[in-house]
Amino acid sequence: MNANMSYLDGNAAGGELSRIFNLDLTAAEGQCANCGAKGRFADVHLYVDCPGLVARCESCDHVLLRLVNTGERVFLDLRGMTFLKLST
Amino acid sequence: MAGTEVLGRVTWRSGKVVALLDETSSARTIAIVVPDWPGHVAGQHIDVRLTAPDGYSAVRSYSIASAPSMDQRIEITVERLEDGEVSPYLTQEVAIGDELDLRGPIGRWFVWHIDQSEPIQLIAGGSGIVPLMAMIRSRLASKSNARFRLLYSVREPAATFYKDELQAISNRGESVILTYAFTRITPKDWPRPASRIDAALVSESIWPSHLSPTCYVCGPTSFVEHVTGLLIAAGTDRKRIRTERFGSTGEHI
Repeated sequence: MNANMSYLDGNAAGGELSRIFNLDLTAAEGQCANCGAKGRFADVHLYVDCPGLVARCESCDHVLLRLVNTGERVFLDLRGMTFLKLST
Repeated sequence: MAGTEVLGRVTWRSGKVVALLDETSSARTIAIVVPDWPGHVAGQHIDVRLTAPDGYSAVRSYSIASAPSMDQRIEITVERLEDGEVSPYLTQEVAIGDELDLRGPIGRWFVWHIDQSEPIQLIAGGSGIVPLMAMIRSRLASKSNARFRLLYSVREPAATFYKDELQAISNRGESVILTYAFTRITPKDWPRPASRIDAALVSESIWPSHLSPTCYVCGPTSFVEHVTGLLIAAGTDRKRIRTERFGSTGEHI
């Protein structure tokens, strides 16, 4: 358990991610590339007190996603997830 | 159904403030009319963007408090954080007729659909009541028969949101069973001393796990982690618990 309670959760990233994907990702199921835990994106731990957004696995704290928006460009790092499954 | 499409970019829109209502000394409900609002599902939120004259902007998420409706009108309830960038403006300065930049509705997981018939357990900490109130209002508006229970943890009676409406709804037969946990000050002659939600209160006030309720827990992060731990210890399947965390504010709840 992370003693630092400063995180939000994946719900709070729904608006920003929908700008990029044209999709609401909060109900998408993903898998952590580190520990293999599967869960909904809504439940990941989201840190916003940093340059951008960082999502971490709620089981092992591994970084799942990093998103930085400079105003001119968006940088997106998704290597912390092995997949993200969306219902269509 | 409106508001449930998977595809579709969530774009910034302009909404007009049409009504203001103080819920407590630090929280205000803001009613907003949003032209071309696509509709929402109970539990969803909007992002509100404030932009300063120098171009600096701040975005914050606020849960929708109102039930889905066809009239392009939504309500949010905002708790003022003294060191906040957005909530002091929304709770003290915004006026009827003002325009607000917003996008939404957002969220497809922490939602209650009117066709869900299983027992529903709602657990709120402080302003975490807001999206759960939308679920209660949605249940009532849709004449759903789903059985609801609400466990509402709040600092003191004066900090309770929607107090009269909740009382009226819970008095109407067994539609919504309401339990309060006061954490600092209780009403006079209240049977339970002021304290946060604990295992005993969970066991006596939530649906038993054999009914397989879907649980929605919303509040400050420390509250959500505490309550989720109690629910799992009480036998609730983790997969049936949905959470929404508001961050580190309100650690006394």
